[in-house]
Amino acid sequence: MSIRERLSGNEAVATAMKQINPDVVAAYPITPSTEIPQYFSNFVANGSVTTEFVPVESEHSAISACIGASAAGSRVMSATSSQGLALMFEMLYIASGLRLPIVLIVANRALSAPINIHNDHSDSMGVRDAGFIQLYCENNQEAYDNTVMAVKIAEKAKLPVMVCYDGFITSHSVENITLMENEEIQKFVGTYKPEEYLLDEKRNISMGPLDLQKYYYEHRKDIADAMRDAKDIIKEVSEEFAKVTGRKYELYEKYKLDDAEIGIVVLNSTAGTAKDVVDSLREKNIKAGLLKPRAFRPLPYNEIPNELKHLKALAILDKSDSVNGYCGPLFSEITSAMYSSNVHVNTVNYIYGLGGFDVKTDDILEVYNNLQNIAKTGKVDKTTYYLELEDGGEK
Amino acid sequence: MPYNLKEVVKKQNRLVSGHRMCAGCGAPVTINAVLRALKEEDNAVVAAATGCLEVSTCIYPYTSWKNVSFIHSAFECASATLSGVETAYNSLKKQGKLSKDKETKFIAFGGDGGTLDIGLQSLSGAMERRHNITYVCYDNGAYMNTGTQRSSSTPHFADTTTSPAGKVTQGKVQPRKDLTEIMVKHNLPYVAQTALFGNLKDIYEKAEKAIYTDGPTYISAFSPCPRGWGYPTEDLAVISKLAVETCFWPLYEIENGVYKVTYKPAKKLPVEEFLKTQKRFKHLFKEENKDLIDEIQKEVDKKWDYLLMMEEVTNKQKED
Repeated sequence: MSIRERLSGNEAVATAMKQINPDVVAAYPITPSTEIPQYFSNFVANGSVTTEFVPVESEHSAISACIGASAAGSRVMSATSSQGLALMFEMLYIASGLRLPIVLIVANRALSAPINIHNDHSDSMGVRDAGFIQLYCENNQEAYDNTVMAVKIAEKAKLPVMVCYDGFITSHSVENITLMENEEIQKFVGTYKPEEYLLDEKRNISMGPLDLQKYYYEHRKDIADAMRDAKDIIKEVSEEFAKVTGRKYELYEKYKLDDAEIGIVVLNSTAGTAKDVVDSLREKNIKAGLLKPRAFRPLPYNEIPNELKHLKALAILDKSDSVNGYCGPLFSEITSAMYSSNVHVNTVNYIYGLGGFDVKTDDILEVYNNLQNIAKTGKVDKTTYYLELEDGGEK
Repeated sequence: MPYNLKEVVKKQNRLVSGHRMCAGCGAPVTINAVLRALKEEDNAVVAAATGCLEVSTCIYPYTSWKNVSFIHSAFECASATLSGVETAYNSLKKQGKLSKDKETKFIAFGGDGGTLDIGLQSLSGAMERRHNITYVCYDNGAYMNTGTQRSSSTPHFADTTTSPAGKVTQGKVQPRKDLTEIMVKHNLPYVAQTALFGNLKDIYEKAEKAIYTDGPTYISAFSPCPRGWGYPTEDLAVISKLAVETCFWPLYEIENGVYKVTYKPAKKLPVEEFLKTQKRFKHLFKEENKDLIDEIQKEVDKKWDYLLMMEEVTNKQKED
């Protein structure tokens, strides 16, 4: 039996955490994810979870305490945003390097300077190579569902997972949402049984050694292999989740893409806005479509190019900038995957919405208009655009 | 049972041979002396900050840590990491996932860089949150793992590779940070300063109190470094003894705010007796630097007088 509710993204995720009832949560407040430790410490204070909550003095200590608690053999979760995630940077590599299945909720927010509390993806994109699985969420339901699935994915893959959703746009907007029953979630995530952990009463272990050249390289390859294998694990866990809830998740979502001539690739909440634009274009018999990656780590590098190869023009939208004098990270990775799959489609990159700069349907329409022009002429005049900062795509 | 070194060394070793710490280094002796204070039947999880100790004792696929579990995460966060381990222990114990009758203790080791400098915030946070952990700083007064750079624990006027004795400045221009006092101000139930002194009774008894006191506890242990300080490896015990006998490194403890000086030299030696044993203070013995030794002596005397005064005042308060 499912439960119908109206919750904000943060409430939905905190509710999932309550239902998961992890052994340890360590977190530090930062906008826009602050509500998670707030809600969660309320659950602790009122006895609705048995979790031990650690109110640490920084995000660096939040992830360090999570590393200690996870290494000790407990199920661990945390939440952060922006500067908090940036402060965790070195420890993220240690979490994945020690193969600890920590679930880290990320309410995406811009990075300083200038300081800005609103949404873009600079924070999670900045740590994309830290060895965390990254799942991106369009709305509250997806944030809730991915939080539940993340626990199982992390423990099977022996890799930490980030569940990323848009700060304020998703974290603070109230939507209708369907929750699972407590028992359903408990049955789905099961009991955590680590193979090797510090508090094992049968034997003591050492973790976090110095690796000299040979072993370091081998161990780093193990992590890379685990990330490759995570693709199948995400699929398996998602199928299992669909059986319980009826809600189906793939590595990415296609929207009216299969017969489309022009398409865009976009993450998180903007996909919702873009779907509306696709619908309006379809009413005018313009064959527009969309692809929304759910897993960015691991990158579906074989599958995504295959889904895009029939397009006449493609735009990849980035809500963060690599500041490399060229393009954003999503563009860079997907076009690279297309190249190695021998897929050539005329493709442009749009950086958009940095620091929460509002993205409206008209703005997305502008992207599709440009794509129609590229499809017609077969010419790409310019690779990277800054949406809404340029008049008609040119400045 | 009164302390007996011959009996105590029969206890199981928890840091065993095969590690690659230098001959004449105080750290492994300190670690073993501390871990011997564990009851034979108790287990422990040890966390280490990045540093000499960590890179020399756990080189994959080997480990010198035996009869304890060991974790190293990064340089500045041994305290936060161990606070997570301790929290997991409490959570799993509460849920009946760990045996009721088995006890595990939580001990962090960090050098002075990983403790007084880069690890200070993490340490302060863990202590304020009242985790049931013991933090032991093996203090050798500089960043030895990277080649003797000054830390906030480097003694006044000591020569290091980033506070060199030159033509204009004579070693480290600032006096030491007093972390032991900072820990006292965290209102910990037990704080102590110790050294490898005599038959190791002082360090053993303090470690035992720290480990078996409920709540967060802190030990600052004097840990000579032959490479960084410039002394022959066999002089480890002599240098430790001189540090104590000159009151350069006083031995004391603070139990619930009450000070006790645990060793009072019958005749307090002049500080230069300690300084002259190490190359890092060699430049102070030039004729023109004599006033610098006087300055160090004044600082040592001031701290010693402060400790005696605090011992008197806090004991009187306790009686009242």
